[in-house]
Order: sequence, then structure tokens, then C-alpha cells
Amino acid sequence: MISKWVQYFLAALIPALLPGIAGAERYNLQAPQSLIAHEIYDLHTLIFLICCAIFVVVFGTMTYSIIKHRKAAGHKAAQFHENTTVEIIWTVVPFIILIGMAIPATKTILAMKDTSNPDITIKATGYQWKWGYDYLHDGVSFYSSLATPRDLVTDKSPEGAKKRAEHANYLLEVDNPVVVPVGKKIRVIITANDVIHAWWVPAFGVKQDAIPGFVRDTWFRADKVGIYRGQCAELCGKEHGFMPIVVEVVEQEKYDQWIAEQKKKTAANAAASGTMDGKAVYEKYCVACHGTGVAGAPKLGDKAAWAPRLKQGQEVLYTHALKGFKAMPPKGGAADMSDAVIKATVDYLSAAGK
Amino acid sequence: MEAAHTHDHAHGHDDHAHHPTGLMRWVTTTNHKDIGTLYLLFSLTMFFIGGLLAFGIRAELFQPGLQYWEPEFFNQLTTMHGLIMVFGAIMPAFVGFANWQIPMMIGAPDMAFARMNNWSFWLLPPAAILLVSSFFVPGGAPAAGWTIYAPLSTQMGPGMDLGIFALHIMGASSIMGSINIVTTILNMRAPGMTLMKMPLFVWTWLITAYLLIAVMPVLAGAITMVLTDRHFGTNFFNAAGGGDPVMFQHIFWFFGHPEVYIMILPAFGIVSQVIPAFARKPLFGYASMVYATSSIAILSFIVWAHHMFTTGMPAAGQLFFMFATMLIAVPTGVKVFNWIATMWKGSMTFETPMLFACGFLFVFSMGGFTGLVCAITPIDIQIQDTYYVVAHFHYVLVAGSLFAIFSGTYFWLPKWTGHMYSETLGKAHFWLSIVFFNITFFPMHFLGLAGMPRRIPDYAMQFTDFNMIASIGALGFGLAQLLFVAAIVKCARGGEKAPANPWEGADTLEWTLPSPAPYHSFVTPPVIK
Amino acid sequence: MLNQSARYFVPDPSHWPIFGSFALLSMASGAALWMNEAAWGKFLLLAGVCVLFFMMFGWFGTVARESEGGQYNQQVDAGFRWGMGWFIFSEVMFFAAFFGALFYMRVLSVPWLGDVEHKLLWPDFTGQWPTAGPGAAEKFTPMAAWGVPAINTLILLTSGVTVTIAHWGLLKNNRKQLIVGLALTVLLGMTFLYLQATEYHEAYADLNLKLTTGAYGATFFMLTGFHGFHVTVGTLMLIVILGRSIAGHFTAEHHFGFEGVAWYWHFVDVVWLLLFILVYWL
Ligand code: HEA
Ligand code: HEA
Ligand code: HEC
Ligand code: CUA
Ligand SMILES: [Cu+2]
Repeated sequence: MISKWVQYFLAALIPALLPGIAGAERYNLQAPQSLIAHEIYDLHTLIFLICCAIFVVVFGTMTYSIIKHRKAAGHKAAQFHENTTVEIIWTVVPFIILIGMAIPATKTILAMKDTSNPDITIKATGYQWKWGYDYLHDGVSFYSSLATPRDLVTDKSPEGAKKRAEHANYLLEVDNPVVVPVGKKIRVIITANDVIHAWWVPAFGVKQDAIPGFVRDTWFRADKVGIYRGQCAELCGKEHGFMPIVVEVVEQEKYDQWIAEQKKKTAANAAASGTMDGKAVYEKYCVACHGTGVAGAPKLGDKAAWAPRLKQGQEVLYTHALKGFKAMPPKGGAADMSDAVIKATVDYLSAAGK
Repeated sequence: MEAAHTHDHAHGHDDHAHHPTGLMRWVTTTNHKDIGTLYLLFSLTMFFIGGLLAFGIRAELFQPGLQYWEPEFFNQLTTMHGLIMVFGAIMPAFVGFANWQIPMMIGAPDMAFARMNNWSFWLLPPAAILLVSSFFVPGGAPAAGWTIYAPLSTQMGPGMDLGIFALHIMGASSIMGSINIVTTILNMRAPGMTLMKMPLFVWTWLITAYLLIAVMPVLAGAITMVLTDRHFGTNFFNAAGGGDPVMFQHIFWFFGHPEVYIMILPAFGIVSQVIPAFARKPLFGYASMVYATSSIAILSFIVWAHHMFTTGMPAAGQLFFMFATMLIAVPTGVKVFNWIATMWKGSMTFETPMLFACGFLFVFSMGGFTGLVCAITPIDIQIQDTYYVVAHFHYVLVAGSLFAIFSGTYFWLPKWTGHMYSETLGKAHFWLSIVFFNITFFPMHFLGLAGMPRRIPDYAMQFTDFNMIASIGALGFGLAQLLFVAAIVKCARGGEKAPANPWEGADTLEWTLPSPAPYHSFVTPPVIK
Repeated sequence: MLNQSARYFVPDPSHWPIFGSFALLSMASGAALWMNEAAWGKFLLLAGVCVLFFMMFGWFGTVARESEGGQYNQQVDAGFRWGMGWFIFSEVMFFAAFFGALFYMRVLSVPWLGDVEHKLLWPDFTGQWPTAGPGAAEKFTPMAAWGVPAINTLILLTSGVTVTIAHWGLLKNNRKQLIVGLALTVLLGMTFLYLQATEYHEAYADLNLKLTTGAYGATFFMLTGFHGFHVTVGTLMLIVILGRSIAGHFTAEHHFGFEGVAWYWHFVDVVWLLLFILVYWL
């Protein structure tokens, strides 16, 4: 009976794994594209193999015993129950193996932590739910959000599945990727605006939590020109699965060109946001929640919902809108807006609720 | 551990004349066996609820795109699945085992504080009600992960408060339960039952209870801080006030890591009873098992930050926590080797309990190895918060804790019910479980390595096939659990009468009692030779 | 007693625990409602508290009766000692979480927020303790150690002495000494609580020191607040023990009820000493 089940198991397992056999990278870490990622890759291979070896020895022994020392096979039980020598051996040997693993790991840790002397420093800020980037020495700033259309994500029809399958880089594409030059040491300073996010690009072996109110840093040096994709790797609310990271590694000349373009855009943006009025801000940012009442947000013009809030006084509403209040994010997520603009928006909302 | 007990059994079955019957018997009971049964039934119920939520997760992840749930509801499913499985299914199951077995195994008439024991159990239903009802309040259930990291957890709606209070109450229940267990073990052993003669299950629970008393209050502190940050304007986890979101993680994992050993040490205990019984050979290295268990417990207090390697701690911190974590492989290895040495040259038979114990050894160890891979900081940088971690902890929790619970259930069912369970059902349950378990969770290693984050409702195309396999496996694994219920129900309702000791190699005290064990056992302590 | 073992005491079925469970359910749901702007939640909370008190009266009454009825032998007594000891250990760990938070903020997170790296986010923050944090707008004055807190330290230390005197009285079968010692302890406990209340009032009214005052306010009020709560519980327990002493309970050989409370009181005392040093003084 047992062997029959084992056969079924194997019969079920092999076709089940077939689709994946097409490419080995699907079973392993992504192809490394930086020094650290290489070291991590090799470290993983080393430790994986050691574990496999131990596994084979230990469970080979167990299997042997299961086959040979069974009552059905007529084996009589021995009665030994102690042996100090073997117990010392199997305490010390694993310990030595562990030291063997720890040494290369220590070296990699120290290398990972060395963020000194970067060529370029970029500040990445996690927002619910997008990334903001500032090239600290070039004055370039922009946001980077998911580019995959929402309709495609929520399309439940059979065509939807097909369209998704044909859509290149489904969920891994953004409107404004980070652009960096190849072969340069890039230091990324990471922080967040609301909750914890994590900035992760597997190909560079970089993952760093973005902690609101604190800065952390990490670094990478891309080996090759190309586009590398990652995702936010810390649960940050409902859209956590929808805030990817895309890094475009380009030649130095292309990078210089890109920076020049971006500088112009950033300047234009700054000018525009200064002139937005309450209504415009509302329609750009707040409507997402206050238009529909998501998570209990008081709707625009819903007098019953606004009455108790208005009673608190305008100052309280300002602070709640600026600093956040329960499910209401700070500045409604419009972190790039000035306080004055947000206050104007609150005035707009409360006027409509009177 | 031979025992001759001098009291006569007829006396053990005393009349229940002045005892409440029907529902009130269960509500007011001070009997460790009744309370053990209540714990086990509660745990089984919660396991099914948690499993249903898991199935909700797997259904959504069957293919890319948002199929069934809104993302916020998906996060609620994930969070509640984790919370319910950990605090509702696994932990109460082990306390149920402790209640049934510890008094019988040490020759005591009951638990030390039998009335408080009742309360420890009856705190769980209110907690479960609070937890589950959070699905129905505005904003829904907690959705910040079972780790309820601040400041995401301070953003949630009222469901989070219900969750926090539920955790407070479950914590109180655990602390009372553990005080009871420690006191029972330290104070109520039959004469002659020295500490180093106690069955290993009792030892592992002694150490587990110690861990629980040490860390549950810390969890209570952490969630209380979340509560005051949410409602009373404190700034524990808010940088603008001088606090630090990462501090929550330190406090949480100071609880959380010992917590995962709380969920595995009693499993080690069960396996340490089962293997010698079916190998018909004494446990190899009893003393070193005790020392290894204690070392795991002690080490578990100094490794918590291995869950936080990506928060950006100084290199010295990463190194310390990496080394300390790796060290745990040594005592755990000692245990694995001792079990195999117990099997070595035994005379083994493979009834269901033994099958689950062997399955445990095999698959739990795989989970241990992936844990070790996680412990290597640079590798963890890549796989933290990916499905690799999900695979790791289901290997240790499902194939570890849960399989041990299955093993123990089949092992002691004859003692509890007085009937033999159906070996056919049991074996089918085992084989289906282990096969579907691996189909469900093995592909998750690949997903994680290739870069699929955890706690996401939708994923990129390249992860599709493995997710499909995992979802199919989960359906199979879930359905297989219906066999478990069938086996229990069948056994409770009747079947072949069980002898006092149905297992040739089992030699602990409970097997000297008739099956089913009398309502009051060891009213006069047995004499331990 | 049918299920009475020779060596241990196994109580009869009891309906008290289930009252406790209902009490906690109603307290928790009431509190959750109240905190989320459903005002009637507080009545549910209050109802729960009442049921809890009712349960404790009933439960502890039963325990006291069983104890006075001579059902607890030495072995059972030893069990209570273990139980109380482990319970106090769990309380120690609860406070450890908050002391840990204090340590973490003082020694780690506040200095980090003030270091050069964080100038990027908090350009003007220096990272000095005490602080309400880099985002705080208002000023506050920290609580001085050598006023009320120092007096409170003396009060609690004295109360530790008075319970011990009461204990000696019990051991010598000197009822008067027992009762006077306990009464003094209760009185000292209440004075402590009164002074603590005035201190809180001063903090809010004069020092602009509030629960919302950043890292300092949060740790100050949560630590002293939870300690104050424990003093309150301890005082209530002392009152119960005082009542039982007046009613003639306890003997020189058999008085775990008294000792358990005394241990608890000493524990509360030690926590205060730590608080005084780490929160007020340093
Ligand atoms: C039953 C529960 C359980 C158990 C027993 C373990 C056991 C271990 N765990 Fe696991 N772990 C979890 C439950 C558990 N874990 C959970 C729930 C999480 C996720 C929490 C969350 O984020 O939601 C987690 C996450 C987790 C992480 C964080 C991953 C991340 O988020 O990035 C790490 C990192 O170090 C880790 C490590 C380990 C190690 C080293 C062990 C060791 O104890 C394993 C030791 C065992 C062996 C190594 C095998 C047997 C040994 C031998 C045969 C001897 C020879 C071996 C060698 C010399 C290698 N675990
Ligand atoms: C403690 C034990 C435990 C147990 C036993 C399980 C059991 C299972 N778990 Fe879970 N799991 C956790 C603890 C546990 N888990 C934790 C702590 C997390 C982390 C949460 C977080 O991220 O915060 C997690 C997260 C987690 C995830 C990741 C979610 C995410 O990151 O978004 C997934 C995904 O597949 C998953 C799946 C499963 C499955 C398929 C089972 C199966 O084994 C369940 C099988 C049982 C049943 C299915 C129920 C019984 C049967 C029926 C009810 C009959 C009918 C059934 C069907 C029709 C299917 N679990
Ligand atoms: C992510 C969703 C979301 C966005 C975007 C959002 N809000 Fe809100 N807002 C909420 C929710 C939820 C509440 C209700 C909080 C509560 O009382 O629980 C709220 C409440 C408010 C309140 C009342 C606060 C009080 O004291 O009762 C104001 C004012 C407000 N929002 C302003 C804004 C402005 C201005 C914007 C845009 C710049 C904005 N919100 C964008 C979710 C949002
Ligand atoms: Cu941002 Cu997850
Ligand atoms: Cu851990």
C-alpha cells in the first residue's frame, strides 16, 4: 500500500513540476547583476548544498533504519540508550559546519554595509502606495507608481486572463523608473512617509526597509545595462502588492541627458503645485477616498458625516488633514503639497459639508 | 518508568451525582480531562476556520489578477489566518495535550489550580468571538499581518482594537495555563518521579510554559503600546514624537521568536513519546534531549532580530543575531539525531502516530534547514518577506507542529476514548496530508527565491504556475483534513475496545490506567520505581 | 469531598470562571466601542468591570472558605507559592517591555533622530533626553525627582516595612500587631496613590507634560500609570487581607493569602525603585 502511494505521489509531482523546468532561474535566486548579489547567490548555493548533503546523510540513515529495523522485517529491538561519544560528535560536527558557513557570510555582511564614497546618492521615499525619488545632488525629484492599468488587474473575464498573460511586465512596470549609470556606486537613502515599506531590487541584492521618520541606506553598483525590477517588500496596506520598483541602468551619456531633462520637469512641477487650488487638489488626491467613502472617509458634501467633524473646529481638521488621523493618511498622501495648499483643500471640503 | 499503582479503579469512577451534567458539566468543570477535551475541540474548530481563510488566500492566488477579493480583504485574510492558526489552533491544541497528559504522566490527580484551569480555557471562546467578529465591523478585521507592525496597525479601523483585546485575553489565558502547568509539574509529581525521570513530553512542556510566562506579557506590552498610540496619543512608534516604528518589531519579536519555539517544543515532546513507543526501544539520549530543549529555550531569547535583518541595523547587530540564530541548529540537530538513534536497531512498526512522527522528522527538518538559510543575513536580505519565508514557516508549523499534533492525537485517542481509531482512515490521512502538504508548500521555495513577495493579492506572470500548483495542493490538503475529523468522530463514537496499553513499546504512566482513562485518575499517587 | 485526593486539593466544579469570561468579553467589546466613538461602549465596559468584581468576590470568597475549612494542606500551599512566584515573574516581564521601550528610546532612537544622517529629515533636532520628539511643537517641563516622587519612594519603602511588621505579628500570633501593621500599609498605599494623583494633576496643569508629550510623556505616564494601577490592585488586596485578619483568618503556620499579597506588595515596591531611578532621577 505504501509503495503504491509513493508511486502516485511521484506520478503527480513530475508533471506538476514540468512547466517550471523550462528555465532554471525559476528555481533559484534571480540572475545577480551586482557584486553583492553575486556574493549572495554563491553563498546561497554553498549553504544549500551543505544542507542537502547533511539532509542526505541524516535521512539516508533514517530511511535505512526504517527499512531494516522494522518489526515486520523481523528485527529485534536493541536496548542501548546512551553513548556519550557519539553525542559529543554530533554536537561538535554541526558546530564546525556552522562556522564554515558563518565566515563567508560575515564577509558579505561587511561589504553590504559599506555605503561610503558613492558616485550618486538617491533618496527613495515610500508612500502609500508609490515611491518618491530625489537625486540629492541634482535637484531632480519625481514619483514612480505602478503603470499597469487597474482595469487589467480587476478584469475577471476570460479575456482578462489572456490580456494579462500577454501584457509584458504585468505589475512590474512603473510610469517613471529610477535611472542610474552603469558601473557607478549608487547609494540609496531610504525613508518613508506613512508606514514601513521596503525598497527591493533582487538583481542587485538590495533590500532595505523604509521607515517613516528615519533614514537608512544601502548601495549597489550595476554590472550591466538593462532594466531591473523589484517590488515593495513590506506589508504597507491595501496596495502593497502594487508598488513596484524599476531601475533602468544606462550608459553614462544617456544618464546625463536624462538628468538634464528631469531637472526641467521638476522645476515645472514645483511651479504648478504652488498654484493649485483646493478643488484641484481635492480632485487629484482626496477624491480617491472622500469621493467614495473608503474606510469611513467622510464624503464630499455629506452633511451628516461632516457635521460632527466640523464641530471640532477648523484647526483640528487642519491638523488631522496634515498629520493624518486614523485611516486618513497625512496630507491625504499628497506629500508634495505645501501645508497652505492642504489647508485650502480642507476649507473646500468643509465648505461643501456645511 | 515502571509504575505500580495501588488504588483500585472502581473507586476512580466515582459517581457524578452532585456534579452538573449536560452543558453545565463543560462550563463549570474543574476536571483536567474535560478541560483538555475542550481545548482540543476548540483548537480543531479554529484550525478549520483558519484553514478556510487559507483557502481564501489560495483561491485568490490561483491565477494572476484580482479574482475574488479586494486587496484590503485579502490582507485581512492573511492576517486573520496567521493569528487564528497561531493563537487559536496550534497553541490551544498543545495546552489540550498538556491538560490531558501531564497529570496522568506524572501521576497527579489533576492540575494544580483546577478552577483557574477552567478559566484559562473559557477565556478562549470570548477571545475567538472578539477576533472573528472583527470581520464584521466597519473597516473589517486587522489587516496588518499577524505581526501587526506599527505604524500600519495604528492606521487600521476598530477591527484592530478587537484584535488587540482578543490577544490580551488569549495572553491572559496562556499565562494562567502556563502557571498551572509549571506548578503542576514542579509540585504534583508522584513520589519518586524525579525531574530526570519525567517523560520528555512533560519536560518540553515545563520549558514551554516557562517561555510562555516570560514572553506573553511582553506581547501584551507591545500591543498595549499600539493601542495607546492608536487612541491616546502616545508616540511609542512615531518618530515625530521620538519613538521608533522599529521598536515595535524589537518588542514584538522578543515575544515572537520564543513564540515559534513555544509552538514546536511540545511537538518535540510528543514525537519523543511516540518514536520510542513504536521503535520498542528507550529514547536515546534522554538527558541530552533535556539539555538540548533547555538550550533552545535559552537561545530563543537572543535571536529575535533575525526577523529584522532588513530594517537596517548596524553590522554588529546583524552579525550577533546571525551567529546566535545559527547556533540553534546545534541543539535542534541533537534532537533529530537522538530520534534517529532511537529508531536505529529498534523493532519498528508504522501505525499512524509513528507515520506522522516520521513525516514530522523528515519534513520539519527541511523547514529547519530553510530556517538556517534565512538566518544567513545576506541571503535573508534577498528572501525576507518573500514566499521563501512562507515556505519555511509552513514546513516547521504545519509539518512540524501540526503533524506532531496529529501524531499525538492518534497516539492517545485510545486512552481518551477507550476505542481504537481506524488505522485505514489514519493512514489515508497521513499519506494524503504529506503528499498534498509538499505539493502546496514546496513550490513556495521557488516562488520566494525568484522574487515573489508575501502578503500580496496579485502577482507577476512568471509566478503563475507554481502558485497554481500550490493552490491545488492546498485544496487537497484541506480536504484531507476531513479524514482527520472522520477518524476522530468514528473513534469517539465506538469501535474496537482499546486495551490499557495498545502500544507494545509505550511505558509512561498513563498506559497503566484503563482505557478510557477514568474521570479521576491517580487520586492516590502511584509508586514510581 | 469525593474527588479529594490524600495529598492534593481538587475543587468541585465552579461557575465563577464563566462569569469572568463574560466580564472580559463585555469589557473588551465595550472598550473597543468606546474608543471608536460609540459612547455607550463605556456602559458595557462598566458592566463588565462590575461582573468581574462580582466574580472575584465569589471566587476569592470560596477560596477563603476552603482555606479556613482546612482543605489546603502543605502540599497545596506549596502549589500556591509556586503559582504566585510565576505570576509575579510574568508581571516583571510585562514591566520589562515598558522599561525596554524607555531604554530603547532614550539610548537608541532619540539619539539616532538627532544624528547627522537624520538632519535630512529633522534638521533642528538635537536628540537630547528628555524630549517630546523632533516633530513636537510645544515645550514641556520634565517631572523633578526630588519632590513628590522622593516622598513617594519613602512612603513605599516604609510600607514594605509595615507589611513585614504585620507578618512578624502573624508569626508571633500577635493579632494586634498584624492588624495595625496591615492598616498602616493600606494607609501608606492610599497616600501614595493620592500623591501620585496630585503629581499627575501638576504635570497636566503646570508642566504641560501629557501622555501625548512624545517619547518622554509616553514612557513617563505608561510606566508610572501601570505602576499606579498595580499599587491600586495591591492596596485592594491588602484591604481584603486586612478584613480577613480582623475576621480572625490565618494562623501562624497557614497564611499563604497574606504572604501572597505581601510578595506582590514588595514586587510593586521594587518596580517603584526602578521607576524612581530610571524615570525620575537619571
Ligand atoms: C514552529 C515554528 C518555527 C521553528 C521551529 C523555526 C525554526 C527556525 N527558524 Fe523560523 N520562523 C517561523 C517559525 C519557526 N521557525 C515563523 C512563523 C517565521 C515567520 C514569521 C513571520 O514573519 O510571519 C519564521 C521566520 C524565520 C526567520 C526570518 C525570515 C524572514 O522573515 O526574513 C528566520 C531567520 O533567521 C528563521 C530562522 C529559523 C531557524 C534558524 C530555525 C531553527 O530552529 C531550525 C533548526 C533546525 C535545523 C537546522 C534542522 C535540523 C538540524 C540538523 C539535522 C542538524 C544539522 C544541521 C546543520 C549543521 C545545518 N525563521
Ligand atoms: C500556525 C499554523 C499555520 C497553519 C496550520 C497554516 C496552514 C496553511 N497556510 Fe498558513 N500561515 C501561517 C500559519 C499557518 N498556516 C502564518 C503565521 C502566516 C503568516 C500570516 C501573515 O503573513 O501575517 C501564514 C500565511 C500563509 C500564506 C501567505 C499569505 C500571504 O503572504 O499573503 C499562505 C499562502 O498560501 C498560507 C497558506 C496556508 C495553507 C494552504 C494552509 C493549510 O495547511 C490549511 C489546511 C486546512 C484547511 C484547508 C482547513 C480544513 C479543511 C476544511 C475547512 C474543509 C474544506 C476545505 C476546502 C474546500 C479547501 N498561509
Ligand atoms: C486613503 C484615503 C484618504 C485620502 C486620499 C484622503 N482622505 Fe481625508 N479621510 C480619510 C478617512 C478614512 C477619514 C476619516 C477618519 C476617521 O474619522 O476615522 C478622513 C477624514 C478627513 C478629514 C476629517 C478629519 C476629522 O477630524 O474628522 C479631513 C479634514 C480630511 N480627511 C481631509 C482630506 C484632504 C484635504 C485630503 C486630500 C489632500 C484627504 N483627506 C485625502 C481618508 C482619506
Ligand atoms: Cu509599500 Cu508594501
Ligand atoms: Cu525567529
